[in-house]
Amino acid sequence: MMWSWIPGNWSLIWQLTWENTKLGVLPALYGLVISLPLGVLAARWRWVYPPVLTVVNVLYAVPSLALFIALIPAFGLTDTTVIIALTVFSLCVILPNVVAGLRGVPAAVTQAATAMGYGPLRRLVTVELPLAVPVILAGLRVGVVASISLASVGQLIGVSSLGYLFIDGLQRSFPTEIYVGLFLVIVLALVCDLILVAVKRALTPWAPRPERRQRLRRRQLAEAS
Amino acid sequence: MSFFSWAWDWVTTDAYWHKPGWQGSGSIPQQLVAHLGYSALPLLIAALIAVPAGVWIGHRGGKGAVVVINIGNAWRAIPTLGLLTLLAVFLGFSPLTWLLPLVVLAIPPILVNTYEGVAAVDPGVKDAAAGMGMTPWEQVTRVEVPNALPLILVGLRTAAIFVVATATIAAYIGLGGLGRFIIDGLASDEYGPVAGGALLVVILAVLVLALFAGLSRLVIPAGLRKQAKTE
Repeated sequence: MMWSWIPGNWSLIWQLTWENTKLGVLPALYGLVISLPLGVLAARWRWVYPPVLTVVNVLYAVPSLALFIALIPAFGLTDTTVIIALTVFSLCVILPNVVAGLRGVPAAVTQAATAMGYGPLRRLVTVELPLAVPVILAGLRVGVVASISLASVGQLIGVSSLGYLFIDGLQRSFPTEIYVGLFLVIVLALVCDLILVAVKRALTPWAPRPERRQRLRRRQLAEAS
Repeated sequence: MSFFSWAWDWVTTDAYWHKPGWQGSGSIPQQLVAHLGYSALPLLIAALIAVPAGVWIGHRGGKGAVVVINIGNAWRAIPTLGLLTLLAVFLGFSPLTWLLPLVVLAIPPILVNTYEGVAAVDPGVKDAAAGMGMTPWEQVTRVEVPNALPLILVGLRTAAIFVVATATIAAYIGLGGLGRFIIDGLASDEYGPVAGGALLVVILAVLVLALFAGLSRLVIPAGLRKQAKTE
């Protein structure tokens, strides 16, 4: 480990980190935006889902490098190629969770909403989707983490990301560069993961939090004794 | 020309099937067999580690859940390319260099799915097994594992697909397999072998999917098959 390399290459490291963030976060967000309507359709009309799930499983089996390569004739060696490919993978991870989340809403809840006079759209937006948030965000978390990690493979077709540090480090037999790249990819992924945990808390204020649940249990124990 | 016409032209060119091949990269059948070998070994090692671990944690129940799911999620953040290049710098071209990253890649899906499968076995079924006088070992091997098989197979399938896909990247540090065509093609700016190699990897991955679909028919107990279908 050569610590002095880091301050000397600060601007390179910063630029690669920014590019890797873009290549990891955008696909996950696009994947979410596409999954939501598809998931709503698949949850509503059950026969739609099995064929969609088969397509998703097959797409998910396509190696990321192969998908990058297949998109080169259409989009060239650009960010777009990597972002589209990673969007496809995020979609494959997020869509099953959207469907599972919507299907997991208890029937009594949807019936109560209907009885209160909610139309299908209002019920979806104000009742079903909020209740499905924890499951949908669990899928989004996996999608973001995987995209950030896979974005580095884009370097093999020349799209700049933290993967540059791996390849340059290998060619120069300079492990410091690879350590820095590994560290930054993992930290980036974990930071995005933690942000999504915070988003989940903000969107589901009714869900019991671990600390609060513990405090409650302690109070119950105290009252019992 | 589109991806498929490039890929098709390259794959169907007779020379790549018989001769030592394009730029000494080996023939297609030779690299296909190599690719399967490079994928099977790490998958086997990962299964030997992650299945017993997942069964044990799932059987014990309790706090294991949070730990397994969070570690499984964080583990996914490790970029395989980074691990591969790091080991290549230190160990050169030793078997460990490509084996270790692929094992690391395959462990989380197997571990998390095995754990979830075993932990989700109906408590009533477990109680019945204990009530029939089964020893803890019999309860695990004859009740909990068979009931968890659908999810264990999903985990193995996901891991197998990850490994087959990522063995391609291992060609970057000089490993054989189908990635050879892709990496050498990229290095010399020839799209034919790149597209052809990619197409072959995709076909291999889809074959792995089909293999696991068949396998689940064979090994999943009849009573669970209906349940597996709806998932």
